Amino acid sequence: MSDAPADPDALARGARPRSIGARIRRVEDPRLLTGHGSFTDDRIVPDALHVAFRRSDHAHALIRSVDVAAAAALPGVVAVLTAADLADLAPVRATSRMRDYHATAQAPLATGKVRYVGEPVVAVLAESRYLAEDALELVEIAFEGLGPVSDPEAAAREGATLLHEEAGTNVLARREFARGDVEAAMAQAPVRVGGRFRMHRKTPAAMENRSYLAEYDRGRRLLTLTSSTQIPGIVRDLLVELLDLPGHGVRVVAPDVGGGFGGKASLYQEEVLVAVLARRLGRPVRWTSDRLEDLISTSQGFDERVEAELGLDADGRILALRADVVGDVGAYSIYPWTAALEPVQVVSFLPGPYRVPAYRGRVRAVCTSKAPTGPYRGVGRPVSTFVMERLIDMAAGRLGLDPAEIRRRNLVRPDEFPYRTASGIVWDRSAFTESLAAVLEAADYAGLRAAQARARAEGRLVGIGLATYAELTGIGSRISAAPGMPINTGTEQTTIRLDSTGAVTAAFGVASHGQGLETTLAQVIADELGCRIEDVQILQGDSAAVAHGTGTYASRSAVLGGGAATLASRDLKAKLLRAASHLLEAGTDDLEARDGAIRVAGTDRAVTFRQVARAVYSEMGRLPKDAREELESTRVYDPFFGTATSATHLCLLEIDPATCRVRLDRLVVAEDCGRIINPMIVDGQVHGAVAQGIGAALYEEVVYDAGGQLLSASLADYVVPAASEVPPIDIVHLEAELPATVGGFRGMGEGGTIGAPAAIANALADALSPFGIAVTELPVTPERLFRLMAAARTPAASNPPKEPSSWISS
Amino acid sequence: MSAAHDVDVTVNGRAYRRRVEPRLLLHDFLRHELGLTGTHAGCEHGVCGACTITLDGDSVRACLTFAVQADGARIETVEGLGTPEALSPLQEAFREFHALQCGFCTPGMLMTCVDLIRKYPLASDAEIREGLSGNLCRCTGYEHIVRAVRAAVARQRETTP
Repeated sequence: MSDAPADPDALARGARPRSIGARIRRVEDPRLLTGHGSFTDDRIVPDALHVAFRRSDHAHALIRSVDVAAAAALPGVVAVLTAADLADLAPVRATSRMRDYHATAQAPLATGKVRYVGEPVVAVLAESRYLAEDALELVEIAFEGLGPVSDPEAAAREGATLLHEEAGTNVLARREFARGDVEAAMAQAPVRVGGRFRMHRKTPAAMENRSYLAEYDRGRRLLTLTSSTQIPGIVRDLLVELLDLPGHGVRVVAPDVGGGFGGKASLYQEEVLVAVLARRLGRPVRWTSDRLEDLISTSQGFDERVEAELGLDADGRILALRADVVGDVGAYSIYPWTAALEPVQVVSFLPGPYRVPAYRGRVRAVCTSKAPTGPYRGVGRPVSTFVMERLIDMAAGRLGLDPAEIRRRNLVRPDEFPYRTASGIVWDRSAFTESLAAVLEAADYAGLRAAQARARAEGRLVGIGLATYAELTGIGSRISAAPGMPINTGTEQTTIRLDSTGAVTAAFGVASHGQGLETTLAQVIADELGCRIEDVQILQGDSAAVAHGTGTYASRSAVLGGGAATLASRDLKAKLLRAASHLLEAGTDDLEARDGAIRVAGTDRAVTFRQVARAVYSEMGRLPKDAREELESTRVYDPFFGTATSATHLCLLEIDPATCRVRLDRLVVAEDCGRIINPMIVDGQVHGAVAQGIGAALYEEVVYDAGGQLLSASLADYVVPAASEVPPIDIVHLEAELPATVGGFRGMGEGGTIGAPAAIANALADALSPFGIAVTELPVTPERLFRLMAAARTPAASNPPKEPSSWISS
Repeated sequence: MSAAHDVDVTVNGRAYRRRVEPRLLLHDFLRHELGLTGTHAGCEHGVCGACTITLDGDSVRACLTFAVQADGARIETVEGLGTPEALSPLQEAFREFHALQCGFCTPGMLMTCVDLIRKYPLASDAEIREGLSGNLCRCTGYEHIVRAVRAAVARQRETTP
C-alpha cells in the first residue's frame, strides 16, 4: 500500500503530496512490533515493592474486623495496610454542579463497609508479587452482610437498603429533557410503538490490564506515577490536590498503553494507593492487575433499562418520543465523570439524527452493589441508538414501510442544519441522509432484500438491519463532557518548537492508547509546518509536557489535538519564514516551506530548518537581534460546541435455528468523520469499534447473581469476539461538508460501537419476524435466542409479541 | 514453597541459566528473569493469547507453563523476529496493513502467526481466522490482521518456491 497522495491532481502539478489524507505507516509500529514497546509493566525498576489487594468477596457488608498479623509476619512482606493506615488521606469525590446529584466518597481502601465484590480492603506490600499474593491468604476479615443492592429499580424505591447512607438515596442523579407537549402529541399519534429495552452491562476488557508504578525521588521531591491511564493530566491534578504537593512535584506518565476504550479514563483507587505508598516509603511501588481483578474492578458500562414509546403519523413521520431510563451505575460515582455520564447520555442522545417535535426523556442513575460504571466506547449512545433504531423499525413494521424509507422520512435533511435536537444538542451539517443512501447503494439493498425473500422461501432465518446515528465529538468548552463536571475537557494545548538543531518537537496533553496519535498529529504538523513526518517528534501521555492537559477520551484527540497542532504550526511557520526572509533576503510572501526547508519560490535559494535554527539560536550576528524570535508556539484550541459525526450501519446475518448461532454475513458502514487524516487508521478504528459493537450485541455480558457475586469473572465467561466472530467490514467514507473545526476534523473513535449493536438488533428482529419475536434485550446470546425462539414456538406465542418482562427480575 | 531449580533455556538463540522457584510462570521468567518484556501477560488463564511464544517449535501459552517445564527447551519470543530497524517480513506486513493499534496483543499474535505460517497452508481467510481465533485483540477487529497474514503468506510463497 503506497502513501497515496490525497490529491492526485496536485501531484501531477508537481506539488508535494500532503500527508493529511494519506495512508501513512505508523510511527509507533516498529517498537510495538518488536517487543520494544514500553508498557507500564515492562518498565524494569530495581527494588520495587509489589502491591496485592485483598478484595471484598461480599457485595455489601460491614467490615467488623481485619486481622493482618499473620500476613505481616510472612517473610518478604514489608507492610500490610487497611483504611485505618490511610486515614490522613481525604476520600475522592466526583463533584458536579448538576442538581439532584450525590457524590460518593471513595477511599483507596474500603472504609467501614464494602459496596461491591472486588472492592479493595487490604493492601499487602511485598518484595515480589508472588509473596504479596501469598500473604493475602493470611488476611482475616470479618464481614457482616448488609444485603446486596442488586436491582436498580428496587434500589430507587423509598425504603430501599442504602449503599451510601449520607446520600439518603440510591438515586445518585436524575435528569429530564423535554420539548413540546409530549403527552398531547403522543395522544394524537395514530401509530404508537414502544417497549421495555435492556442493554446488559459490559466491561471494556482492554488487552493490557491496568498497571501502575510509582517512584518517589526524595532528593528532588518528585513523585512520578507511570500509569496505564487515558487521563494523565486529570490524575496529576487530582494527586496534587490529594497529597497537597506542588504541580511540578507530581508527574504522571502514560507510556505505551494497551487499549483503554474508556476503562482507563477514570481515576482508580489502586493508582492513588501506589502513589501514596511510594512517597511514604521512599521505594518504588507497583501494581499490575490480573484479569480477574480487571473484570471485577475496572469501570464497566452500558447497564440500562429503557422504557420508551414512539408516536408517528400515518405517513410514518415522528410526532413524539418519550422514555424513562434507569441506569445501574454500580457502587460509586466514578471520578471525574460521575455516575451521570452514561445514563444521562442515553436520554440526551435518544432522539438521534431524527426530527422529533415533542420529546420527554427522564433518567435516574441508581447505585447498586456492583463494580462502578464509567465511560465505555460510545457512552450512552450504543444504548440510545439501540432503543431508537428498534423503535423506528417497529414503527416501519406497523406501517408496512421499508426500514430505509421510514428513516428517509425522519432524518434531519441537509437543508435543516444546524439542527437543535429535542434535548438541546445542536447538530452541525453531517451526512445523515447521505450515509443512509451510501450504505444502501454499497450493499445493493434491493438485491439483498430479493435474496432474503428467496432465502425465507427456503425457510432460512436471514435478516437485514439498518441503524443511523449521530454523535457529538470534539466537544469544546461550552459543554462539559459529563454533566456539571468541574473539569475542563473542552480545550487542548500544544507547544511546538524547533530546537537549536532544527528538530521539531510537539507536546500535547492527549494520551494515545492505540489510536496512533504520534502518527496523525505528526501528519498535521508536517503539512502545516512544511516538514517531513520523520522530522517531528510527538510528546504525549505525559502530564509534564504541557501546562494543561487531560488525556484521550470522548473522540476528542484528533479534533482538539489536530486543531491545536494546526494553530501552533501556523504560528511557528510564520516565525520561521520571518527569520528565513532575512537569511534569504526575500519577502515572506515569496517563501515556501516544504520538506524541512524554506525556499524562495521558483528559485533554488533555500535554507533548511536546521540552518534557520542555527541562525536564530547559535550563530549570533546572522540575524538582527530583533529578528531572533523564539522558534516556539503554544496554542490552545477550543472547538466550543464540538461537531457531529454520523454514520449508517447495515448488517446482514443468518440464524442457525439448530444451534442458535448468529452468523454475520455482511457489515457495511457509511460514515462521515470530516477530513480524514489517515484513512488506514480511520478504517482500523471503525473495524475495532464495530467488533466491540458485535460483542455488545451478541456475546458480551457482565453477569452478577442475585447475591452480587460476579459470574463472568474470566475471559472464558466474558466472551470477547475473536477473529472467527468478526466478519470483514466494508466502509464507505463520506464528507458531507467539512465542519467548522480547525482542520475540518470530526472525532471517530467510538462510532462503530454505537451503530453496530442497533444494526445487528434490527437484523435479528428482521430474521426472527416469522416468529413475531421482539428484540428488546442485548446481547442476544445463543441461550437467550434459544429461549426467545422456544417461547415463540409455544401456542400462546402466536399472539402478537408481548414485551418480555423476564429481564426485570433476572 | 519448595526448593529452587536450575532452568537452562535457549531463547532466540541465546543460552540462559537461572535458578527459580518451581511455581514461577514462564512469562514472568521471560519478563523478569531474562528482561524480555516483549512477551505480555493479558489474562494469565490461557484465553487471550498475548503471552504466546514458541517452545521447541510449537506455539505455547507462557502463562500456562512453568519456567521449570521449559528446562532444556528452545524458545522463540517476539524479540527474536526482527528489529525496529529491520522488521521481519511478517512484522512488515503487520505494519503495512495496520494490523496493530495499541500493540499489546501483537507479540502473541505474531508468534501465533509464525507457528501457523510454518505449519499450515492458510489458503483461505477462513483458515487464517480459525488459526487466529485463540488470540484476542480488542483494537483492530481482526480484519487488518487477516490481511497482513494473507500478504505474508503470499509473499513467502513467492520467495520460497
